[in-house]
Amino acid sequence: MIEAATLSALRFGFGHHPAESAPASADALLESIGLPPPPRIPLSDRTALFEAYRKNRQDQTSMAAENAKRALNHAVRDDLRHAVRLAVRGPGFRERLTHFWLDHFTVAARGRLLSLLVPDFVDRVIRPHIDGTFPTMLEAVAEHPAMLLYLNQANSVGPNSQVGQRRGRGLNENLAREVLELHTIGVDAAYTQRDVRELARLLTGLGTDKTGFRFRQGIAEPGQMEVLGQTYRRSEPDLQSIRTALRDIALRPETARHLSKKLYRHFVGAPVDPGAIQAMAKAYRANDGALLPVYQAMLAHPSAWERPLSNAKLPFHFIVSTFRAAGATEDDIEGMSRGNIQKGIHTPMINMGQRPFQPRGPDGWSEEPTAWITPPMLATRIRWAAEFAQRLLAKKDPREFLEDALGDAASDLLRFAVAGSEQRVEGIALTLVSPEFNRR
Amino acid sequence: MDRRAFFARSFALGCSAAASPFVTPVTFASAPGDGRLVVIILRGAMDGLDVVRPLGDPHFAALRPSLNGTQAEDLDGFFALNSALSSLMPLWRSGELAFAHAVSTPYRDKRSHFDGQDFLENGGAATDGALTATGDGWLNRLLAQLPEAEAETAFAIGRENLLLLSGDAPATSWSPEATLSLSPQAQLLLEKVYAQDPLFRDAATQAMALSDLVTDPMAPGWAGRAKALAEFAAGRLKEETRIAAFSIGGWDTHANQARTLPRALGELSDAILTLRKELGPVWGQTAVLCLTEFGRTVRENGSKGTDHGTAGAELFAGGAVRGGQVIGRWPGLGPGDLFEDRDLMPTRDVRAHAAWALRALFPVGNPVLAGDVFPGLDLGSDPKLMA
Repeated sequence: MIEAATLSALRFGFGHHPAESAPASADALLESIGLPPPPRIPLSDRTALFEAYRKNRQDQTSMAAENAKRALNHAVRDDLRHAVRLAVRGPGFRERLTHFWLDHFTVAARGRLLSLLVPDFVDRVIRPHIDGTFPTMLEAVAEHPAMLLYLNQANSVGPNSQVGQRRGRGLNENLAREVLELHTIGVDAAYTQRDVRELARLLTGLGTDKTGFRFRQGIAEPGQMEVLGQTYRRSEPDLQSIRTALRDIALRPETARHLSKKLYRHFVGAPVDPGAIQAMAKAYRANDGALLPVYQAMLAHPSAWERPLSNAKLPFHFIVSTFRAAGATEDDIEGMSRGNIQKGIHTPMINMGQRPFQPRGPDGWSEEPTAWITPPMLATRIRWAAEFAQRLLAKKDPREFLEDALGDAASDLLRFAVAGSEQRVEGIALTLVSPEFNRR
Repeated sequence: MDRRAFFARSFALGCSAAASPFVTPVTFASAPGDGRLVVIILRGAMDGLDVVRPLGDPHFAALRPSLNGTQAEDLDGFFALNSALSSLMPLWRSGELAFAHAVSTPYRDKRSHFDGQDFLENGGAATDGALTATGDGWLNRLLAQLPEAEAETAFAIGRENLLLLSGDAPATSWSPEATLSLSPQAQLLLEKVYAQDPLFRDAATQAMALSDLVTDPMAPGWAGRAKALAEFAAGRLKEETRIAAFSIGGWDTHANQARTLPRALGELSDAILTLRKELGPVWGQTAVLCLTEFGRTVRENGSKGTDHGTAGAELFAGGAVRGGQVIGRWPGLGPGDLFEDRDLMPTRDVRAHAAWALRALFPVGNPVLAGDVFPGLDLGSDPKLMA
């Protein structure tokens, strides 16, 4: 069995770092979540960037339009650098949880506006709640412009609202469907098209303006809605009825089970352990959806420390853990030029199957190892690892590097192969593309 | 055993492994027949009603006030083709392009993309979207039934892992964007390291075997991606490959559909025209099936788009197709005609059309098609889809 500290870094963090010792117990992991969060990027900066771009969009050839466009592109590269820096040097479990919940509430950064809003979504909706409660996180998600734009809620108009009546506009049920199917009770739960429709009616009013979120009474459907057997009345449409319904749905036992399974699947692996899921769901319900007790239940289950590493690292994780194994510091990442971010991280991630911040659909990135270790994607990992080794680690002893990267998780087979490489860089690359290093 | 001895022995093993997948050239399968099949999965639920518009239906215009504002070209007096596909009109006129309307998989009610796509690729019959016990893809089950089929007979192309071709029968996957170069020594060591983990071993075996097949590495972004996939598919189909599959996304048009749908349609027409150009004479024996997980709501929604629905349209192209027709029984759009008063009513199972196409292209009969490939399928009467 792998030592607790090694396992903790590989399973609950972003991999081993030679200058760190990973939290080797459940308590230590839970404590690391509460470390002070990184500084936020102010939303106003971002909306100002977008406004400058929008104003100058008509005349594409003007200098102002060029500058605005360049500023936007720079911001997107800077955001990727920021995410990598945090993952490389932040508390591993906290950062992994942040990525988990961002994926749970996927907002793909499609289009210029959304790509600027996603970092704010991470900072204000995800980070503050990973050690809070799920119902509060869900509420914050439903009131963030990124989600409202991504799943078209901002354009959903109650047919009997003022705007609906005057302009003959109607519902868009995209967000309502995904709230049930993906965010809360899950697709396997017992709900019907009618529940989706009723929730869509109830969610009307969630809207945006230039400053961010706004509840728009004029598009909100009045009347009575029945979602999952609960009736919600609003003669005067208000935000409170939406919050109440979301909280009710978030506290259902199906939600407790759905979230527990997803967490366990993500951190420990498949198939899920029924005993662990039961304990996690019970902790969720006993604490009104507080998340720390759920993580605690997962970490307290023996399987969390005993199961072999069976998931596959996603490309972001693969790249970040490579940087960590190489002993990267915050300054190393901060010092990467935008061009290097593009060539070394952004483009390779696309070729490994993960377009940064842009999952294909609202169900986020796949947990299936077979989705990531395909011939073309693995070929890209191999090529990238060879290049990385050549450029950055040409003088490193591969046997030492193997220790830095995997510690006692390296198989004997890999140790022999690394020691038997004809060049240093090949030994390094071999470590990076090994199954051990690509599993989590 | 001392370490030196172990190294010596393991290297000797590696070097003498003549059957190593890393050093052996690709063996091509002898080809079962001459028919070629390309399946394109349209991910995100294509709005069949906007692509092949039933302008002859008296109820249609009122249901889609803004969407019907864009241009369409007449097909047969009843249906008209979204003008974003007008580059395909020459194929329609020459009998190389056909459509089916009001079709769907057996999946009903939940309208989840992800379940719907898995279900479309799995090819089962359960209305709740549950997959068959084997959980594999219907093209893979077809492969298992083809005599002489080998890995190169079927290609899944692109970065994603297609469920459609996943399963026990050997199939190959490759992306035109990836190339690989490693020293022979590194390849040998890699082979050893991967021997312990089948997932990595199999992916690497294919990556190594195919890396020298790709002569023109390119890294296209979103635009032109479908064209690159089609070019790669055509290159393989001209050789021993008989089946190729890939997917095109961008069909989930919840908002501003008049602007978003043409982008996806442009990718699709590029893919079809590229296949036709690159395949040359082989195009005559080719059928291209474009399938989507479900259709979209009959009524336009509040944001000039459409939401998840049930029945939709399929597109067929190729010289092996009997083109110039829109097949299927039209259910109507009047009061009481719609599924759950919101969606186009399905009048035929998409799997039936796929099955009839497979029957014409490959040596498989009805019992295999309705038993192994599409369990529980009623093939029904011949839709006369194939030339």
